Amino acid sequence: MADRPQGAAKAGDNRPSLSLHVPEPKFRPGDAVDFSHIEVPEAGAQPRPDETTDPKDMLDFAHGLIRVLGEDNKAHGPWDPKLDPETLRTMLGHMAMTRAFDERMFRGQRQGKTSFYMKCTGEEATSVSASMALAADDMVFPSYRQQGILIQRGYPMVEMINQIYSNRGDKLKGRQLPIMYSSREHSFFTISGNLATQTPQAVGWAMASAIKGDSRIAATWVGEGSTAEGDFHSACLFATVYNAPVILNVVNNQWAISSFSGFAGAERATFAARGVGYGIASLRVDGNDPLACYAAEQWAANRARANAGPTLIEFFSYRAEGHSTSDDPSGYRSAQERDEWPLGDPVMRLKNHLIEIGEWDEERQEKMDLEAAEHVKKTTKEAEANGILGHGLHHPFRTMFEDVFEELPWHLKEQSEQAIRERETKFPEGLPNGGKGA
Amino acid sequence: MTEVKDMAASESEAPAERRLNMIEAINDALDVTMGRDENIVIMGEDVGYFGGVFRCTAGLQEKYGKTRVFDTPISECGIIAAAVGMGAYGLRPVPEIQFADYIYPGLDQLISEAARLRYRSAAEYIAPITVRSPFGGGIFGGQTHSQSPEAIFAHVSGLKTVIPATPYDAKGLLISAIEDNDPVIFFEPKRIYNGPFSGYYDKPVEPWKRFDASVVPEGHYTIPLGKARYATQGDELTILAYGTMVHVVEAVCREKGVEADIVDLRTIVPVDIETIEESVKKTGRCLIVHEATRTAGFGAELSALVTERCFYHLEAPVERVTGFDTPYPHSLEWAYFPGPIRIGEALDKILSE
Repeated sequence: MADRPQGAAKAGDNRPSLSLHVPEPKFRPGDAVDFSHIEVPEAGAQPRPDETTDPKDMLDFAHGLIRVLGEDNKAHGPWDPKLDPETLRTMLGHMAMTRAFDERMFRGQRQGKTSFYMKCTGEEATSVSASMALAADDMVFPSYRQQGILIQRGYPMVEMINQIYSNRGDKLKGRQLPIMYSSREHSFFTISGNLATQTPQAVGWAMASAIKGDSRIAATWVGEGSTAEGDFHSACLFATVYNAPVILNVVNNQWAISSFSGFAGAERATFAARGVGYGIASLRVDGNDPLACYAAEQWAANRARANAGPTLIEFFSYRAEGHSTSDDPSGYRSAQERDEWPLGDPVMRLKNHLIEIGEWDEERQEKMDLEAAEHVKKTTKEAEANGILGHGLHHPFRTMFEDVFEELPWHLKEQSEQAIRERETKFPEGLPNGGKGA
Repeated sequence: MTEVKDMAASESEAPAERRLNMIEAINDALDVTMGRDENIVIMGEDVGYFGGVFRCTAGLQEKYGKTRVFDTPISECGIIAAAVGMGAYGLRPVPEIQFADYIYPGLDQLISEAARLRYRSAAEYIAPITVRSPFGGGIFGGQTHSQSPEAIFAHVSGLKTVIPATPYDAKGLLISAIEDNDPVIFFEPKRIYNGPFSGYYDKPVEPWKRFDASVVPEGHYTIPLGKARYATQGDELTILAYGTMVHVVEAVCREKGVEADIVDLRTIVPVDIETIEESVKKTGRCLIVHEATRTAGFGAELSALVTERCFYHLEAPVERVTGFDTPYPHSLEWAYFPGPIRIGEALDKILSE
């Protein structure tokens, strides 16, 4: 036992010994999975408060689960956003496209076309549906699993793939790890890779918008694991202190690489409940229910636009695949979890809903999936013409030194010249690819 | 005090001679820039109604309103992060970190975010932020109100680090920093807020108004980032310093009758290599003085640069005078501070080689 102050050992003799709790997930590889401990309320059971409700009068929403789509594939209750069938089909299309994109990019990484990829399988609604509830010029500060936003906002897919391949077509000049997109034109903030840093930045952007009397709001996405970062708490605090027009979306997909949500505090409280202590309106939402995701985001957007303050939304979902191409979840969790997940799959649920209301059928679904796969395939070929990672078709060497500062200071000029000398030493006969890479 | 080259020019343009201490000069720079650019906002702990614990933002909230000058929670991470977000929106935030010692909770937002935004987004997003923060010791601030962490920031690609040594420079450099489209760390040597410091803590502070470097013109003027100035000129050796130490070495040289090129770097990234080389090649001797801890301090970088570039002109090894590699002690502050004795010994050594 570690040293105690003098006298303390004796005084403590009658006290019980303490024990440390180290969280442990319920299921490990090979375990039979039983999710019956997860409370799944009836769809439509939750009331819908007015968007300007005082956070003190809506505490229950941080602990319940807003659901719209029921087991019967029908939309229920006051949170039903009552979207027309065309909008629902568009939503389904974006989600299917996101899934098709993920499949192809994952395979591309396995084929050695790039170093890294991250799928969002099972979480498509948390980005696509939420994004649809925002205006196209509302500013989003995403984490790394919101490719659905770019697809929903119409960002050219070829740009996404160029970025993933770090090729000469990559707008970001091959500087960023794959999937760390940026598109100012689509009001999509540059993705960091350091976790949760974007959350207080989104609040700062929203504060700026309010300072200028603008009408645009900000929304940010963060994983439940990353809510452990101090940045997230700074975000909550600044959001509430300045009543910032911002939406803090927490995607609770249960897993942070191999650490289950218990290591971010899920054994004690919901993630939505984090907002309660800050006086932020907080909603806990079925993240695999596209209509609930849309409705919650829309509620929060209305609230922000009405100057009624920020909202924290917990999308309760499940990461159906590994964390990234560098991860193998079979090493730490039961393979049954995905199949047993009580909230189902968002794409299937929306599809079944559309079929239920007579606006869709299996044939059209099949055709749509096929077209999505074809589109991704065709676009991948287009991007491959610009090169794949490590095959010479990259940006010129000098670009390595650009954009560190607006202007190149003397020391970077010197280092840039050194890099070019090194290249000439390596390729004394001239450059491969006819110099296209330099 | 020997006068500054570029000051003479500006003085002739200035309508009237006006003497300010460094706090007033900083306040004036903020006022002038805020008046010219509606996108400039100031935020930080106690900067609003109260005007800052050192009074640098006094009167600005009253003049520009609560949405342009406001207090923040005690969250340096939040302050820097909000500034990054505001910069992405198109504002030009000037956050204050109350003491440089408090800046560490905001480091990730500075190092991984503000400094990299332009690079990682290929200039789609920038962070035109100036983080002002009082730094350095000599005010009985103990280990948490005395540090000089400039080397940490100098080591980060994408950050500029500026340290003024006079009221005139403080205003011109701060305006340049605010107008710069890259993130700038602006460290204010708080020991010399009210007057230059000779290094003798037992002598009364001489107010800035007795020195010509406190003549601060009205209105807008800039001093370019990355340009050093000669605080004094002489042939015996070159002394590279910044902030408070410029005045300490000046006093020691005066006392010992040493004729030195005292180069006030003003900006440590980008550092003015031309002036450094010009002076060291002329004098053949180089002493580097900073208050920060020694190991991996900015002096190490300066020493390497001088050795790499001026080796064949050197007549003596490059010397460093720095703070010790300990936390800044409270009661033994003056034993820690690189004062006249430490500097004097180094001068004797380098001039005797």
